[in-house]
Amino acid sequence: MDFINALLLLLNYTVLPALTYGSQLALGAIFVTLIYGVLRFANFATGDMMSFGTMFAVLLTYYFQSKGINFGFLPTALLTIPFATLIMIFYMLLIDKTVFSYYRIKKSPPVQFAMVSVGVMFVTQAIIRIIIGTSDRRFLDGEKFIIKATEFKEMTGLNEGLTIKSTQVITIFITIIVVSIIFWFLNKTKTGTSMRAYSDNEDLALLSGIDPKKVVLITWIIAGILATIGGILYGLDKSYRPFVYFNNMLPIFAAAIVGGIGKPFGAFLGGYVIAFAEIFLTYAYKKFFSYLLPVNLMPDSMMQILSTDYKFAISFSILVLVLLFRPLGIFEGKRL
Amino acid sequence: MRKYEDIITAYIIILLLISLVGIFQSWSTALTIFNYCLISAVMTIGANIQWGYAGLINFGIMGYTALGGLAVVLVSVAPVPEAWRVGGINMLSCVGIIIGMIFLIRYVLKKITKSKKRNYLITAIILIGLLLLKIISGPAIVNIEAVDPAKTGFLGGLGLPVLFSWIVGGLLAAGVAFIVGKVALGLRADYLAIATLLIAEIVVSIIKHEDWLARGVKNVIGLKRPAPYEVNLQNTTWFIDLIEKLNSGKLNLINSLVDRQNTLNQLVIEASSVFVKLCFAGLFLSVVIILLLLTQKALYSPWGRMMRAIRDNEEAANAMGKNVVKQHLLIFILGSAIVGIAGAMMVTNDGLFTPGSYRPMRYTFVIWVMVIVGGTGNNFGAILGGFVVWFLWVQAAPLALFFIELFTSHLPETNAIRMHLIESAPYFRFLLVGLGLLIIMRYRPQGILPEKVIKQ
Amino acid sequence: MAFFEGNMMTGGYGDGPDIISSCTITANRGEIVAILGPNGAGKSTAMKAMLGLLKLKSGIVSIDGEDISELSPQERVKKGISFVPQSRNVFAELTVKENLEVGAFLRTDGISKVIEEIYDLFPILREKKDQIVGQLSGGQRQQVALGRALMIKPSVLMLDEPTAGVSPIVMDELFQHIVQVKKTDVAIIMVEQNAKQALSISDRGYVLVTGQNKFKGSGKELLNDPEVRRSFLGA
Repeated sequence: MDFINALLLLLNYTVLPALTYGSQLALGAIFVTLIYGVLRFANFATGDMMSFGTMFAVLLTYYFQSKGINFGFLPTALLTIPFATLIMIFYMLLIDKTVFSYYRIKKSPPVQFAMVSVGVMFVTQAIIRIIIGTSDRRFLDGEKFIIKATEFKEMTGLNEGLTIKSTQVITIFITIIVVSIIFWFLNKTKTGTSMRAYSDNEDLALLSGIDPKKVVLITWIIAGILATIGGILYGLDKSYRPFVYFNNMLPIFAAAIVGGIGKPFGAFLGGYVIAFAEIFLTYAYKKFFSYLLPVNLMPDSMMQILSTDYKFAISFSILVLVLLFRPLGIFEGKRL
Repeated sequence: MRKYEDIITAYIIILLLISLVGIFQSWSTALTIFNYCLISAVMTIGANIQWGYAGLINFGIMGYTALGGLAVVLVSVAPVPEAWRVGGINMLSCVGIIIGMIFLIRYVLKKITKSKKRNYLITAIILIGLLLLKIISGPAIVNIEAVDPAKTGFLGGLGLPVLFSWIVGGLLAAGVAFIVGKVALGLRADYLAIATLLIAEIVVSIIKHEDWLARGVKNVIGLKRPAPYEVNLQNTTWFIDLIEKLNSGKLNLINSLVDRQNTLNQLVIEASSVFVKLCFAGLFLSVVIILLLLTQKALYSPWGRMMRAIRDNEEAANAMGKNVVKQHLLIFILGSAIVGIAGAMMVTNDGLFTPGSYRPMRYTFVIWVMVIVGGTGNNFGAILGGFVVWFLWVQAAPLALFFIELFTSHLPETNAIRMHLIESAPYFRFLLVGLGLLIIMRYRPQGILPEKVIKQ
Repeated sequence: MAFFEGNMMTGGYGDGPDIISSCTITANRGEIVAILGPNGAGKSTAMKAMLGLLKLKSGIVSIDGEDISELSPQERVKKGISFVPQSRNVFAELTVKENLEVGAFLRTDGISKVIEEIYDLFPILREKKDQIVGQLSGGQRQQVALGRALMIKPSVLMLDEPTAGVSPIVMDELFQHIVQVKKTDVAIIMVEQNAKQALSISDRGYVLVTGQNKFKGSGKELLNDPEVRRSFLGA
């Protein structure tokens, strides 16, 4: 019995949150990696682009709510996804046309691209702050829990309750759908294959008659979908705050590099690697051991490997180890 | 002298702009801006050495700035004896353990050839060391942080003169840059950018969360300054006399003695603030000039030529037997040290250390915009960039407010859009700086003062 | 008039000096033409000019009597001109089959038949069709590169040093494959360093020196020409 209690505890406080957070990172990391692979630059506007799409979801949610439109027990924000995504894609294409395309035609070095993306970051952040401000916003409505701890305890008679938040299930569910569609598209369709070919060997792709403009267009469209959905899921699960989105760029970058930058499936897995590492290393295991160990062996301390203040330090340390020992990512040489 | 014409014109324009602030707003505000321009200039000199001389992207400016600030606390604040008594020995032994770990690892690296065994050994040393550190420091940290937490709760500093901390700030930043450089400098340019960004984030989070070190987000206030305090000046006879003399014309027009005294008091209060800022300006200006002289000298020395050769063609330089890795490390350390000095200057200027305020937008990306806008590889350009961009950064809000008022003047005062825009005026600085960067990169990619202007 | 012609081509890279001047290369279907010459003679440049990767100052490139001098490389691909670069000539991260599919990107009709034809030509590729090309051996990669280029059923195939960096045994095998491709009525132009072996399978050859035609003739003629032998064949 105690063993089940201990496992439930871990499931409740580490596995479920890590899967959720990992999914959110994974979507962002695929976004980063696609831009890096196809357009060949590290996009420092990543976090703010995700924030941009989410902002419209928040605003539309408020609008729908004011019109009395809702999605039953599901969050209204899910209804806004198509609209927010469209606006996001439009914004990305506009930025590409007015800013990035110039440097692409000039074949500028990646460093210059990165610097330009810093400019885009500033502008995007300005637009967001001017439109919605900087405050913390919650826009989750509908049912908050699928299973509550107390209900679960009554149902099973166990000591330890299990809480499943609806945002956790929604996040994991939508991530599975979105990621499946994207990988099906990349691996099984002609356009997807041409995108991977372009990312792998641009010159040869051009010689094979692949239209670079189309590849760039499709890349931004997929990027827009990933950025918006990833951003909305994160916002629903935690809250929407522009500054936090900017900071999320760091673990997202780490996930993309850990997975081998330019490799979408690697980035997907990288998201979970970072999330699990962050949560497992900062979780206080005291209660977990209290179920497993006899009372006289109980540890005094919190049994926490690292304070939660150092979440970033974990993604960074993983990043450094990967860069030093496997610069092409931890899945190097594997077919993904 | 033709080659300096651009530079002189550009500087005259920006100084005129700051003077306009003095005339229309107040001289105290103008001097605040000017001082921050000087601090920014020191930061841009540091970033420009790395980017302009060597092509290294360091997105970790924020981290080194914060380290400089930390140095001010560690050097100038008086030590807290009680905290030292309850936890000092433990913390000192931790330092000993870290040094021991470093030497052990170095020894292992030297004595054992590259192998799995060596990796395991090093991992074991690190893990055991970390465990020891945690065991020894844990109770000490609790004790230290419990010492009068509202006021101290940290070990305090050395109680030395604050100017000394500028050097220590540079050294501290240099030390961290050495470690970071050893780890990250072999990376490709964009990976380096990401890695340094993350490292800076970690440095700041350590400073923020290790309260025993510098009180973390509880801030350290009332730091010493290398200039007189306004309150003291206001009670100093020679200062009051000086102000009286300077304003004698104006004062003589006032007949009533009480009014005269009141006006004089007012003038003294204003002048004291200006005087303090002028003292800071003098100090900062000397630092900028010294650094400018040194960097200019370095740029035209054989070493500077070598650095640019490496930047422009790393492979060729490598082939010619130049030790690119070593030079990159050196320049990374130098640039970061200068940023550290700037960080110390800034905290000295503010008189308080607020770890929570270190954010990458303000302390990394804005500095980068300064370097790019001013002129990559050109020290005069980088400093100018510091001035121009900082000026825009602080004056953007009033400017935006002016234009918002202008364009929405036909709308009623209570119009929702108008009110929202007026409320958002502070955020227009991001727009202005971002657009500035994009426009410069597109139409004048070498910056306002390009490198070649002084190359000829 | 030959099927595929580069006539009196003059040009260089960007604003740089001319690398080829008044250089003429022609090829007919079912013919292998070798371009030879010392390093820096402009062999690859001549080929790139015919592909459209280089802007000509003067001269005409034509296929089947049609002037294509102003067309972009992609548009020339549509005219049936296929190219195998010297390096990075495969999509290393894609599978063999995907490489072939990308090669047929411009085809709108069913490509499974063409893929089968390529597999018949290079049986090893059928065996490895689901493998990542990056994991194949050098010789196998070159076959993938050839296969990819043949997917559009080209009338002209241009090869830039197809045997660079492969072992002598693989080289022989590759040349045999090239001869097989020629039998499918394709005009083949190749730049080669291994002059003797190349000439032995070529119908004709050109020797370029400082960007100009120095010698030309059938493979046998060039092989037996004493001056060519002395200066380029090392015998």
